[in-house]
Amino acid sequence: MTLQPPAIELAAVSKTFTMHMQGGTRIPVVCDVSFTVPPASCTVLGGASGAGKSSLLKMIFGSYRCDAGSILVADGAGRVDVATATPRRILQLRSSTLGYVSQFLRVIPRISALDIVTSAARDGGMTAIQARDRAAELLTQLNIPQRLWALPPSTFSGGEQQRVNIARGFAAQHAVLLLDEPTASLDAENRAVVVELLLDAKQSGTAILGVFHDEDVRVLVADHVVDVTRFTPAGAQA
Amino acid sequence: MIASEEVLDPPLLTARQVTRWYGHQIGCLDVDVDLYEGEVLAIVGESGSGKSTLLSVLSSQLVASSGQVHYRMRDGVTRDCAILSEAERRLLLRTDWGFVHQDSRNGLRMGVSAGGNVGERLMAVGWRNYGSIRAEAVDWLARVEIDVGRIDDQPVQFSGGMRQRLQIAKTLVTSPRLVFMDEPTGGLDVSVQARLLDLMRGLVADLGLAAIIVTHDLAVARLLSSRMMVMRHGRVIEHGLTDQLLDDPREPYTQLLVSSILQA
Repeated sequence: MTLQPPAIELAAVSKTFTMHMQGGTRIPVVCDVSFTVPPASCTVLGGASGAGKSSLLKMIFGSYRCDAGSILVADGAGRVDVATATPRRILQLRSSTLGYVSQFLRVIPRISALDIVTSAARDGGMTAIQARDRAAELLTQLNIPQRLWALPPSTFSGGEQQRVNIARGFAAQHAVLLLDEPTASLDAENRAVVVELLLDAKQSGTAILGVFHDEDVRVLVADHVVDVTRFTPAGAQA
Repeated sequence: MIASEEVLDPPLLTARQVTRWYGHQIGCLDVDVDLYEGEVLAIVGESGSGKSTLLSVLSSQLVASSGQVHYRMRDGVTRDCAILSEAERRLLLRTDWGFVHQDSRNGLRMGVSAGGNVGERLMAVGWRNYGSIRAEAVDWLARVEIDVGRIDDQPVQFSGGMRQRLQIAKTLVTSPRLVFMDEPTGGLDVSVQARLLDLMRGLVADLGLAAIIVTHDLAVARLLSSRMMVMRHGRVIEHGLTDQLLDDPREPYTQLLVSSILQA
């Protein structure tokens, strides 16, 4: 059997926040993290709240810095070390390969739900027409009523905003997808849609790394579980 | 194999150790910048941090006391901005570069009609046919959401938000590759700001513009830019990805700025 190279590989990754506004208090987040995420599968980060799961996702995406170690993400034939790459290289990685679905939609004033999702699909390299079709397909699948598509999501309910956020995250069909509790504010019906999207993405080769609060979702999608608690630095947990 | 191959296209604009003194006062000190095509860079900091001075030096409006600024022209040749001939510099300002000033009076001629303001920049690059100039002006007023019925009105009759949008139309009509913006949303009502930001965001993305935007407003930086530089006392104290600097600021001063944002 040939093993496919991992889509994500963390080696000896550590991070500490230094809070200068609080007299330089140092808050260790994670220590000596090493694990891999294979392609075409779903790896779930486990561990109690505060164990550093979200922080790890942000470090892989590059929106948090990494103090030590390496974070290799497969990009085409090569790999990029997000821990040391230039901002420009990280931006390129995000556009070619690496997607991130946060817990909340960061609302952009005046941009319609359909345009938000379409523009994400275009960023992933689709033509204008393909992107529009993909966006319409995802919004339909996620049960966003068509009468809302032309409206900016700022007035939507929390659940609707989150579904637009998920549609945006899946629009570009990234090869590596990070998800931070994407189903937290969804009802059972829409959780099932997200599970379907995750299984489809996996099938088409996407490497998924996520934090899933809901046990029912986790059981259906997880191929591997990484318990983050073992990387939690001494003194970081109450 | 670990290959993190860098993109090979050279930067559009580079600055090396750019310093500007005002007598014994520091304007900006030892600043390096690399700006690539299609990229939006935000320069943030409080009043007096040197961000506007830096913008003026980068855009050749102010002479650097020391250091160099280079720009890659449309013909692919990278030139030292300090030794451009006056004619070359004028052409650059009229075609490849655009400016959006905080005070629209610096970017518009207040006694000339809206259409005239836009048309003027086209005429400066050789457009002569009245019909096509007017058609282009109509098109651009529509793109910046100014009612075309106002084309013959003067900017003095416009609201602050409309003036800013007219300034943007005037700037973009010659398809610049690089736009310098100095607090473009400063002094506007919040609802007007949102409309302007949305407009700028769309235009920058559609036209593939590179832009350097000076702002004290971190929300503006987050919305428009992919990279950010934080300035204090004339120096760049922190730079990197915009979301990284805002979500995980490292320097005490950046942490102070980020923690001072009001949450609505």
